[in-house]
Amino acid sequence: MAKVPVQFSLNGEEKAEFVDSGSTLLKVLRDKMGDTSPKGGCLQGTCGSCSVVVDGELRLSCLTLAETCDGADIQTTAGLASDGVLHPLQRAFMDEFAAQCGFCTPGMIMAAKVLLDANPDPTREDVIEALSGNVCRCTGYEPIIRAVLTAARSNSQNAA
Amino acid sequence: MAIRRGRGVAAVNYPTGMNLGGDPSQALVHSTPTGNFMVTLSSVDLGQGLKQVMAQICAETIGVKTEQVIIDTADTDTGPHCMGTFASRGTHRIGNAVIQAAKEARQVMLEVAAEALEVDAGDLETDGEGNIHVKGAPQKSISIFDTALMAHFKLGRSISGRGMFLVPRSYPEVETGAMKPSTCYAHACTVAEVDVDDETGEVTVVSIKNVFEIGRALNPKMVEQQLVGGSWMGISHALYETTEPYYPARDHAGTDFNEYLMPGPGDIAPTEIVVLERPAEDGPYGAKGPGEMCANPQIPALANAIFDAVGVRIDMMPITPERILRALKEQRATAH
Ligand code: FES
Ligand code: FES
Repeated sequence: MAKVPVQFSLNGEEKAEFVDSGSTLLKVLRDKMGDTSPKGGCLQGTCGSCSVVVDGELRLSCLTLAETCDGADIQTTAGLASDGVLHPLQRAFMDEFAAQCGFCTPGMIMAAKVLLDANPDPTREDVIEALSGNVCRCTGYEPIIRAVLTAARSNSQNAA
Repeated sequence: MAIRRGRGVAAVNYPTGMNLGGDPSQALVHSTPTGNFMVTLSSVDLGQGLKQVMAQICAETIGVKTEQVIIDTADTDTGPHCMGTFASRGTHRIGNAVIQAAKEARQVMLEVAAEALEVDAGDLETDGEGNIHVKGAPQKSISIFDTALMAHFKLGRSISGRGMFLVPRSYPEVETGAMKPSTCYAHACTVAEVDVDDETGEVTVVSIKNVFEIGRALNPKMVEQQLVGGSWMGISHALYETTEPYYPARDHAGTDFNEYLMPGPGDIAPTEIVVLERPAEDGPYGAKGPGEMCANPQIPALANAIFDAVGVRIDMMPITPERILRALKEQRATAH
């Protein structure tokens, strides 16, 4: 299969790879770039565990072709902590016990990040709406919803 | 046609673990050259917190901090025998095996420390901070790190222990069929409140209130996490999820995530959880198994609540709008 070059920024770092034409972004991130934070759950766009942020927008990396991301700015959960300090969402997920097996967690966190970037003070309904494309087997969702609301509160306290 | 409110209650008496050909788990414990303790298991942590709880159990038994215990669950090919983490058995079966292994390791550790301090091992105790000292004379003390080094370099001993917990196979009595499948039971009771739309058959869970009796909660936050997630899973099994909607026919069975009805965060119900602790005599520090148990009482409670709301008994899971409407139709037909 013909290889195509792709180049994008991943969590602030410039990346360039030759990939099989038609490779998904999920596959390229995990297998070529060693970022295993996005998880492949269903590989058909229905579970949300592969969610990443492409140019500020939440995207399912299992349905996104890598070559369409040329020049893009891509963020994953692996890039959230800086200098060993967890992102408020990561901290809140820990404090609220919002992960069990953890398989859904990176997707949940990225979906929540896109929400909080656009709406720093969301209601419970906003949070549920933002996470509605992500499924979780373990937690019963409530701890996840609480974690996102907690992160929003800690963000606004830091800003104040 | 109307929305009808109903309330149902159900209680479960749930065995911790299972009993087919007997129910064994093993654990091995040894001290590392850094004075930490390693627990080797082949029991898998699925996210329920097994590693954390086993570290707590081992630390408590040996008398060290939880951070000083490393849990290795790496490989079921090479680890000691474990039947697995299912049937609410992990904490109880594996925890008991870890206690036994840790006790043996502690005994060796105290014997080594006794040689170092030139006292009797029976006169020693641990301070939980990484030191061993003579009872009543804390100044006569040796660190566990130095004890490990002494065992390894001077005495040529391994500070280690073997643990095995077995619930033996129980055979039914020929006359009565009575048997003892488990040694302890957890309990739960759920009150469910629902709104049932008798035109569409749709069920809205208004509230789910659960009480769980789980022996002792060894890690209360993780227990709560299990119970919240489990309670939701019970609702989901009762109302939504199945791979066989027309069992035994395979028609309309979901073949992938698109077709399998897996509820999302918008479908959750207001949930209350109360934990009761009545330590089990044979449980590790009193624990029973909460994991699988906690996803059960919601199912009969919801079936009862639906009966209370619209007067139909659905005895197939999940209780879908279709099943409710068919039952209502039958009810009307027999009423005439
Ligand atoms: S793996 Fe992409 S949505 Fe499930
Ligand atoms: S924590 Fe296991 S799927 Fe969400």
